[in-house]
Amino acid sequence: MSPLINLVIFICLGVAMLVLSVMAIATKSLLRSATYLLLILLCTAGFYLFLNYHFLAAVQVSVYAGGVVILFVFAIFLTTKKDESMVRHDVLRYAYGAAGILSGIALTAFIVLKREYLYSDNRSMLGDAEIPMQQIGEALMGTGKYQYLLPFEVLSVLLLACIIGGLIIAKKR
Amino acid sequence: MFHFKQLTDWIDAMLHTYLSEGWALFVEFVIVGVAMLTVYAVLALLLIWAERKVCAFFQCRLGPTRVGPFGMFQSVADMIKILLKEIIILNHVDHRLFRLAGFLVIIASLCTFGAIPFDKGLHAIDFNIGVFYLLAVSSLGVVGILLAGWSSNSKYTMIGAMRSGAQLISYELSCGLSLMTIVILSGTMQLSQIVEMQSTGWFIFKGGIPALIAFVVYLIAGHAETNRGPFDLPESESELTAGYHTEYSGIQFGFFYLAEYLNMFIIAAIASTMFLGGWMPLHVSGWDGFNQVMDSIPPVIWFFGKTFCCVFLALWVRWSFPRLRIDQLLKLEWKILMPISFLNIVLMAIWVLLLN
Repeated sequence: MSPLINLVIFICLGVAMLVLSVMAIATKSLLRSATYLLLILLCTAGFYLFLNYHFLAAVQVSVYAGGVVILFVFAIFLTTKKDESMVRHDVLRYAYGAAGILSGIALTAFIVLKREYLYSDNRSMLGDAEIPMQQIGEALMGTGKYQYLLPFEVLSVLLLACIIGGLIIAKKR
Repeated sequence: MFHFKQLTDWIDAMLHTYLSEGWALFVEFVIVGVAMLTVYAVLALLLIWAERKVCAFFQCRLGPTRVGPFGMFQSVADMIKILLKEIIILNHVDHRLFRLAGFLVIIASLCTFGAIPFDKGLHAIDFNIGVFYLLAVSSLGVVGILLAGWSSNSKYTMIGAMRSGAQLISYELSCGLSLMTIVILSGTMQLSQIVEMQSTGWFIFKGGIPALIAFVVYLIAGHAETNRGPFDLPESESELTAGYHTEYSGIQFGFFYLAEYLNMFIIAAIASTMFLGGWMPLHVSGWDGFNQVMDSIPPVIWFFGKTFCCVFLALWVRWSFPRLRIDQLLKLEWKILMPISFLNIVLMAIWVLLLN
């Protein structure tokens, strides 16, 4: 696609994401906040699609939009009362937040401007070509160099620990 | 054999000769969008009419007979009525979420609809990860249902939404696992390639026993995903009025109604694509004459024929079985269907290893 169309799509997604992010933290209702988070995650999936990372986009939608946000919504259903709204924090916390945001922006800008792009001549890294699913699957499930079977399995141990921890906390009641 | 690929390629080539690349793409997006929405709406009308007729048949009634021959235009009249109805705005309702919920449900359904291959070259989205994409976007609808239940500010909708959330999340597992069984057999996730690979025999025949088990599991789990009887406890009329969409009116209710019917069609279409060959005609290797006769039937008719057979199965089940209790529903998924699907995946792996 031509650079102009790319730019238009990028700006649309970026603006939507920024506006939704502000709305997610500015709204008073917890459930609305979770809904805006869902829309932000969908915009992120849109960015992945835009870069031709189809697998990552689908993972983003199924794990975050289909899984994590639904868990959030369930947790909100079970823990909050209908008319409860969030409390306002004191001014100092806003100041800390602003400082954090500014340093984040400065760091990102420094990295983006200073860094030489290692993959600038590798077209598959730039996202002009779709990476076949088979390659991703072999990388996830292989034991060779640059293959991720061990981290993948270690993560599942972490999830198991989470489940057991959750069960123990629930049992105490 | 006529494929729609010729037509779509011709439109693409023609637009590119007269317009610059950007405008050609834009026009194509608009055409695809309008065509998809039209097919979506027309299919919904057709399905609603079919449901009423089939239901009447099972209950020894006639069903709609007044509007048009066999009452065919009854659902068109209903559509006009629902478009003209007032949208009632309730007090003490979270309006923004209330309005958003219907859109989320129908967007999830439309995104899934776009990936279905109706014919060679007649599908809007053909990703490398097709099957995974289908599972991912169809899970978006759950959020819409949960939001609808919560924001309506009513106990009936809340109970309906909670039940529906539990049901959809559970049955998504069996759905995904049974589709993965076919992915193991085919070795690809791209829907067009999956259909292409069935030119020598549909997967339900090629895959033998594991494919047959996966097909049955998918039909049951998929039927539960559509929230229709006997799995209709999220909206069970006798106890919850209408479940999570009790408070909706007019076209906002119409969105939920449309999405329900189209989800039934989408489940049937995915079942026919993954197991019954999609638009691929019935081929038996060695019987060349038979294959040629089968090839003379247009692929679109094959696709819709198979899909409507699956839809008829879904309707048959809906009007024949009584509603499950919530514990029976969860037991069916977690203690019966999911273990079967896990074992079935191992069985399919052994089957593939033995065949090669």
